[in-house]
Amino acid sequence: MKTGISKTILLAAALVFVGASAQAQGVLRIGMTATDIPLTHGSPDNGFEGFRFSGYTMYDALVNWDLSKADAPSVIKPGLALSWAVDPSDTTKWTFKIRPGVKFHDGSTFDAAAVVWNFDKLLNKEAPQFDPRQASLVGFRISSVASYKAIDAETLEIKTKAPDSFLPYQLSFILMASPAQFEAVGRDWAKFAAQPAGTGPFKLDKLVPHERAVLVPFKDYWDKTRVAKLDRLELLPMPEANTRTAALLSGQVDFIEAPPPDTIPRLKSSGMQITSNPYPHVWPYHLSRLPDSPWNDVRVRKAANLAVDREGIKQLLGGYAVPAAGHVLPGSTWFGKPTFEVKYDVAAAKKLMAEAGYGPSKRIKAKILISASGSGQMQPLPMNEFIQESLKEIGIDIEFEVVDFTTLTNRWRAGAKADQNAGITGLNYSYAIVDPFNALVRFIKSDLHAPNGVNWGFYSDPDMDALVAKAQNTFDAATQNEVLGQIHAKMVNDALFIWVVHDVAPRAMTAKVKGFVQPRNWFLDLTSVSVQ
Amino acid sequence: MLTYLIRRVLYAVPIALGVTLLVFTLLHLAPGDPVNAVAGPDAPAEVVEQLRRAYGFDRPLPMQYLLFLWRILGGDLGVSVATGRPVAGELAQAFSNTLVLALGAALVGFVAGVALGGVAGRHKGTAIDHLATVVSLIGVSVPHYWLGMVMVIVLAVEANLLPAMGMGSGGLELLRHAVLPVLTMAVIPTGIVARSVRAAVGETLEREFVQALRAKGLGRGAVLRHVVRNVSPTIVAVLGLQLGYLLGGSILIETVFSWPGTGFLLNEAIFKRDLPVLQGIILMLALFFVLLNLLVDVAQAALDPRMRRA
Repeated sequence: MKTGISKTILLAAALVFVGASAQAQGVLRIGMTATDIPLTHGSPDNGFEGFRFSGYTMYDALVNWDLSKADAPSVIKPGLALSWAVDPSDTTKWTFKIRPGVKFHDGSTFDAAAVVWNFDKLLNKEAPQFDPRQASLVGFRISSVASYKAIDAETLEIKTKAPDSFLPYQLSFILMASPAQFEAVGRDWAKFAAQPAGTGPFKLDKLVPHERAVLVPFKDYWDKTRVAKLDRLELLPMPEANTRTAALLSGQVDFIEAPPPDTIPRLKSSGMQITSNPYPHVWPYHLSRLPDSPWNDVRVRKAANLAVDREGIKQLLGGYAVPAAGHVLPGSTWFGKPTFEVKYDVAAAKKLMAEAGYGPSKRIKAKILISASGSGQMQPLPMNEFIQESLKEIGIDIEFEVVDFTTLTNRWRAGAKADQNAGITGLNYSYAIVDPFNALVRFIKSDLHAPNGVNWGFYSDPDMDALVAKAQNTFDAATQNEVLGQIHAKMVNDALFIWVVHDVAPRAMTAKVKGFVQPRNWFLDLTSVSVQ
Repeated sequence: MLTYLIRRVLYAVPIALGVTLLVFTLLHLAPGDPVNAVAGPDAPAEVVEQLRRAYGFDRPLPMQYLLFLWRILGGDLGVSVATGRPVAGELAQAFSNTLVLALGAALVGFVAGVALGGVAGRHKGTAIDHLATVVSLIGVSVPHYWLGMVMVIVLAVEANLLPAMGMGSGGLELLRHAVLPVLTMAVIPTGIVARSVRAAVGETLEREFVQALRAKGLGRGAVLRHVVRNVSPTIVAVLGLQLGYLLGGSILIETVFSWPGTGFLLNEAIFKRDLPVLQGIILMLALFFVLLNLLVDVAQAALDPRMRRA
């Protein structure tokens, strides 16, 4: 009798556990690093992780990213716009041909008027759909736009304040939400976020704030090559890296973002797939160029760049990094042909320091603002300590001020001149360098000093400004890339930053996840993924 | 008893008001601008200012405080700066999630703590007492987030018996998901309750009235009943305080287990400088303590008539 009871208990227990671990085919559960589900109304928060999971899954922009290749940098391609062209006689005037036959998730039709409506939500304060929060999250990306109008249902005209050849890139961040759905939920963005309607390959099925978002395929998606294969996509916020790893190892999720480098061998030994690929990210020291900054001598900046052992840092990161040779990735179309080679050469660094008048008796003291963690910051504390040791060797004594990531962001935005940054000669803030403006221009254009932009260090060089103007006025893609290459070469030759590494975005997933391509981008295309 | 009750309730009013002022002032004194934190990192100053006006953060602080007070009187805690969702709804959801952990941990902690402390107090100075003391000392001293991680590694990752994180999808699933965080959370109250009970029981057993009761020839059970009656006000006070802490949620435990309770929400709100959510949580927790203290005082007064005169 006793054995019978124990057997029943065992059986019941087994059933509970089996029931819990059995999963329907084709469900992908992702452990994200965000603390909450990124905003689902079409202007995601949580940086590019938000765009990755709450943005491009449920929405499209006029211009989309081609995320299908792992072996080449991602490029932009037609999304909800079929094509676009700039007027050769007036390069501030753009015409976009709108893709016909596209439906929103709520069944309403997408057309040029819907684009105007979406621009209004960010730029027109009088419009009922205007949302200051969304304007603050993405509106600045189209700050060069002066006016826009629908010529007919399939034609949109945009005028920029000045010629801006980067406009198509910027439009890739303006996601199209359904005007009809906004009306249906009573003109309330918070309600829209709970029942959103975009045009993307997935639509929201269920949202439990702080806990999970369940997305299902949108069967009427316009791009038949990108109809989602999964039955369901679940997004789970798991800010704690060890929790994500444990969740993957115990079978609660199938895919995690950013496993800590030291857990990767353990994950591999459990049969997990680890993917990684360089992507447009850079981990630098952004230097102050105010009159009292020690970084105003190009020899000192070059010496600092030569003193950093990037291979050592790569090793520290378990091999998951690419040593930087400049601001953009080596091999990028915008890399250009700099003459200064960013590498590890302590002897050359010491020689440059001596030429600049520094030596054992005259050392440089510099205070750098860093964070203990944060999006894109990788492993900031050990990495910064490593650099501190490297620079000490050539006579640069770095002192750190460690703040939390939000404070770092605020002080970055405030610019080097702000009172709160008094005494700070540089900061360690990693950058998404996806499009020309965000990769290069925003840091070097002299009219983008705080509060107008994030040229944090108040760098200013008329030659650089002329190059930037030339790039913004060049509408032929190949020529534009050439000019951007010249800009980058100048940045490297003038050693404007201390460049350290590029991240490679390690991800871990179970062997059951098939068809995943990790592009050289911040964003992912999850439509090709299945779980078998 | 009624006058006592009314007096205690009246005392709670200025305390609650003081709490609102303190919460508001401290949060506004703390570094970090809520608007800067939620705006996109590249948002230009003009857009940030526009957002500041939209949320009313451009008004003078005393005005903001009065508005805040006026709104909470009407039960409106405002909307989250980060998500646009009403704070009251966010709080209700998070609190109900924390309640699962807190009540579970309280139950485990109180039962284990009272048993451990009771046995130790009854057998003071013996090996059982030493053992119980060591166990309760470990309970109080061990960092519970570390213990949580160890339990996850052993029971979820290696043995694959229980889920490592999250809440599951309700019902039996919820119970399975709650086991590890509840056990982790129960460790501290177990230790604290055990120590308090041990001290109270040991001390009471040595008091003259117990000797008198024994001398009178009362049986073990009857003596125990008197001891329990004398010890209970202390225990109730400790339990109340512990329950308060548990209901506050644990940032560490809820983060380790990705449990979307008040601690998880608080952590998120701190990082996002989401002032309305922060104000809401802290205010609710503070008022909860005020209420809990009131209940404990009333319970103690009910248990011990001497206290009503205090």
